[in-house]
Amino acid sequence: MKNPKNTSDALEKAMNAVFALCGFLAVAFVLMITAFLVISGVPAIGEIGITDFLFGRVWASTAAEPQYGILSFILTSVYGTAGAIVIGVPIGLMCAVYLAKMSDGKNAGIVRTAVDLLSGIPSVVYGLLGMIIIVPLVREAFNLPDGANLFSAIIVLAVMILPSVISVSETAIKAVPKEYEEASLALGATKTETVFRVVVPAAKSGILTAVVLGIGRAIGEAMAVMMVAGNVANMPRLFRSVRFLTTAVASEMSYSSGLQRQALFSIALVLFMFILIINLILNLVVKRGEKNE
Amino acid sequence: MNSGISKRRKVEIAVLNALVFVSAGLMFLLLLGIIGYILVRGIPHITLPLLTSKPSLINDTIGILPNILNTLYIIIVTLIIALPIGVGAAVYLNEYARNKRIVRIIELATETLSGIPSIIYGLVGMLIFVQFCSLGTSLIAGALTLVIVTLPTIIKTTQESLKTVPNGYREGALGLGAGKWYMIRTTVLPSAIDGIVTGCILSIGRIVGESAALLFTAGMANEILGIWESVMPGKAGSTLTVALYMYAKERGEFDIAFSIASILLILTLFINFAAKLAAKKLRRKGN
Repeated sequence: MKNPKNTSDALEKAMNAVFALCGFLAVAFVLMITAFLVISGVPAIGEIGITDFLFGRVWASTAAEPQYGILSFILTSVYGTAGAIVIGVPIGLMCAVYLAKMSDGKNAGIVRTAVDLLSGIPSVVYGLLGMIIIVPLVREAFNLPDGANLFSAIIVLAVMILPSVISVSETAIKAVPKEYEEASLALGATKTETVFRVVVPAAKSGILTAVVLGIGRAIGEAMAVMMVAGNVANMPRLFRSVRFLTTAVASEMSYSSGLQRQALFSIALVLFMFILIINLILNLVVKRGEKNE
Repeated sequence: MNSGISKRRKVEIAVLNALVFVSAGLMFLLLLGIIGYILVRGIPHITLPLLTSKPSLINDTIGILPNILNTLYIIIVTLIIALPIGVGAAVYLNEYARNKRIVRIIELATETLSGIPSIIYGLVGMLIFVQFCSLGTSLIAGALTLVIVTLPTIIKTTQESLKTVPNGYREGALGLGAGKWYMIRTTVLPSAIDGIVTGCILSIGRIVGESAALLFTAGMANEILGIWESVMPGKAGSTLTVALYMYAKERGEFDIAFSIASILLILTLFINFAAKLAAKKLRRKGN
């Protein structure tokens, strides 16, 4: 005879296993992504030589004697990201200060909605606007033959990182204890001085989180950058057509083969390493912030 | 009142105040400018033939019906697969897992997934689903790639919602003799439905806006596919975002690109509104 207790026990065990499987699938995906990137990315690095690959200044994948140096892509990604941070973070921080401390309810609602909506706009739409508005504007303003360059890409990236910088900084500023503010006001500082001399410094680990998050966003963006950076494998200069790590992968993938294709996987592996390092820094920053509280 | 404030201090305060308000105003103007520009350039070119046909070389016309359908198919297939996995993972983290370290490892994996750029997903999706699983460049390969992309969002929102389900519900159900699975199925999950819905909406937003992850997985074809065809290996198709990219970057068809951008923008506004509504419901329950 069937024992009802046993069947329900079996069901419970089975469901426990099913849920555990779902949970571990996330871990499995991370391992799978890492494994596939390493397996397809390492051979080309071995063949080209790691120093020639990372520090080679010339990328000529389709030349008769191909050269696979990605220093220009690495530097472009680093400069482009740095530029976006330099422009985006101050504006984002000011906007976060407004939302957290200096606004009345109604206007704050409008600005917050604007920030939310900006974060939802697809990157190809930013790319399209960059192509049609920013690129011609940069060409006219600086009297260049072509406006598709590092500078245009920095502008587009700065706009694209704003929403995440703003929302993370706002949360950090709001988390500062009220007593800090009250003490500063009682000592005779004005509201503005209190916010910038006391509240913002107290929120610095949260703001740092916002900056690191912005770095991750900017360095990983592909499509928008592809549409405005000109996409030529030059060493980076502000008004030169450049290629980022992300766009280097995307632009040749559809027609590549052999060592060239493998080298593209190696570029993706380098990009992945950058992202992992950024994630690590993010975790450290968040952890240190928690410890300080 | 503030007579003791020196001139230097006054100037500094005024400058900082101005910067704050200018930055906030800039956000508002930026959004207004973007929406206005796209709609003005895009809406006039949205015509019925554009929405209801496929591109034809012979007639030299462009239609985006295939791209609309492909976007829809990818949303449906991705959610059908990602939703059970994501909700299951959240249930495991919140209801089953006893070992803190295991929870930490899974959460770390989820955070890592949410930080990986789309282009890497696209590349890995191509390696795993297109080549290794030999699905070919196809909508199903694109959808499977997006399952990994959307998983962190679904896990996170469901988990947050599960945390707001009062423990009394669980104890009550267990006290009445329900098994754990029965308790989760009949009590916990129904109470967490708003978090699951929020996760769905946010995922739809991500899928609609995704392009780099789909370029090399779902491909660039513009053929009209049936619902069953869409899950067959080798049936490639471009979504609205990928089509926008191709029309703008490769073909210089900016009117078409702006029409697609208008559609994407309206979808984004709608999705954002829906997400806000769901989040408001969630917060009300939390209190």
